[in-house]
Amino acid sequence: MTARRLEQNASAGVPEVPLVDCRGVACPTNFVLVKLALEELDPGGVLDVLLDEGQPMRNVPRSVKEDGHRVVTVEPQEDGSFRLRIRCGA
Amino acid sequence: MAVEEATPLEGLKAELRKESRRAHLNFADLKSGGYIKQTQKDLFTVRLRCPGGRVTTEQMRVASEIAERYGRGTVHLTVRQSIEVPYVHHADFPAVQEMLKGVDWSIATCGPRVRVPTACAGCEYNPNGLGDTQGLCREVDRRFFGTPTGHHKFKISFSGCPIDCFRTREMDLGFQAMVGPRLDEAACNGCTLCVQACEDKALVMQAKLPVRDDSKCNNCGDCIKVCPIDAMLPRQRGWLVRVGGRHGKHPLFAYEVARYVSDEQVFVLIERALAWYRENAEGRERLGAAIQRLGLNRFIDEAIRPTGVEVIDNEADRRPYWTGGNFYDRAAA
Ligand code: SF4
Ligand code: SF4
Ligand code: SF4
Repeated sequence: MTARRLEQNASAGVPEVPLVDCRGVACPTNFVLVKLALEELDPGGVLDVLLDEGQPMRNVPRSVKEDGHRVVTVEPQEDGSFRLRIRCGA
Repeated sequence: MAVEEATPLEGLKAELRKESRRAHLNFADLKSGGYIKQTQKDLFTVRLRCPGGRVTTEQMRVASEIAERYGRGTVHLTVRQSIEVPYVHHADFPAVQEMLKGVDWSIATCGPRVRVPTACAGCEYNPNGLGDTQGLCREVDRRFFGTPTGHHKFKISFSGCPIDCFRTREMDLGFQAMVGPRLDEAACNGCTLCVQACEDKALVMQAKLPVRDDSKCNNCGDCIKVCPIDAMLPRQRGWLVRVGGRHGKHPLFAYEVARYVSDEQVFVLIERALAWYRENAEGRERLGAAIQRLGLNRFIDEAIRPTGVEVIDNEADRRPYWTGGNFYDRAAA
């Protein structure tokens, strides 16, 4: 699912930041999707993630931090979800 | 069915066997309580000493071997993290002791004594952990193992965070790790992740900064763990101290009496609480019952305050740490 969404994103001519849409995806699957996407990046590369409020917003940012990456921005979305930009750590 | 006719030699052997069994019964061992009488005649359950539920694989092997040789090939895992070997004949106690000694191990205690303490994994590898529950549990077991109370059992437990998997509210003395957060306002970028992470809604954004309501904060540290740039930092760490809890026929939720207690103060508090219990309880009363009878304030003044720890003196300060529906409510009603 992630791969398909990433492709769609690229084919839409938005080359810069890949997006992982984790809306509707429960913990810890959402984190696994983010983790897999982060593995594709070089250190310093960035990734956007859409997360539901509640448990996903409680858990995923913390796990991302524990793995050595950094959430650089958090933007509330109109549908109540959040868009996080994550910078890949080592 | 024919009654077995014993030859004189066999009769003599049987007598000798009985004799040696009697000689081997060590009553001091029996009294320490690690051997628990079963409904089946002459059979006992051997409770092994497993502080914090942590044993080596070598000890596991010895437990298996004891169960195979002297039990019935099963072990029982107790709710307080012990390994028990059921169906052991008392004649085999000396052999069991010998095998345990070989791996530097011993049986547990029961009766009116300090029981083997329990603990979760704590900060060693649990992502929620805030304190070294295992390390402290081991040391408490080493220092207080089997200390007689003169009244009833005395249970101690350690939880690594407010999720409290090791039910410190139901212990005579419970220690739960805690952390007080503080905000580095200059560093904070207002991302709101800490507000999202706080399940207790103790944080709200005000003028682009997270502001904490201490009356709601249970010191779980989630806001610290989530902050991507370490703008939310630990201000103070230690143990929340709960006393007078118990389960059983008449369960009681503990009182929170002190917070941010250091590792060293934990040992002092155990000593003081035990001394107070010994002096003030009546008969087979548990610590919680003695506190209810004599008053929480008296217990705090006599056993806790003299140690110099940060005492929790009033209900309002206890509120963030308990779940409600316990005897505080009934007492207040
Ligand atoms: S009490 Fe906290 S640290 Fe201990 S096992 Fe439970 S969640 Fe983990
Ligand atoms: S320590 Fe826990 S309860 Fe207190 S503000 Fe942080 S997240 Fe909320
Ligand atoms: S998570 Fe950190 S940076 Fe973000 S609002 Fe909270 S304290 Fe500030």
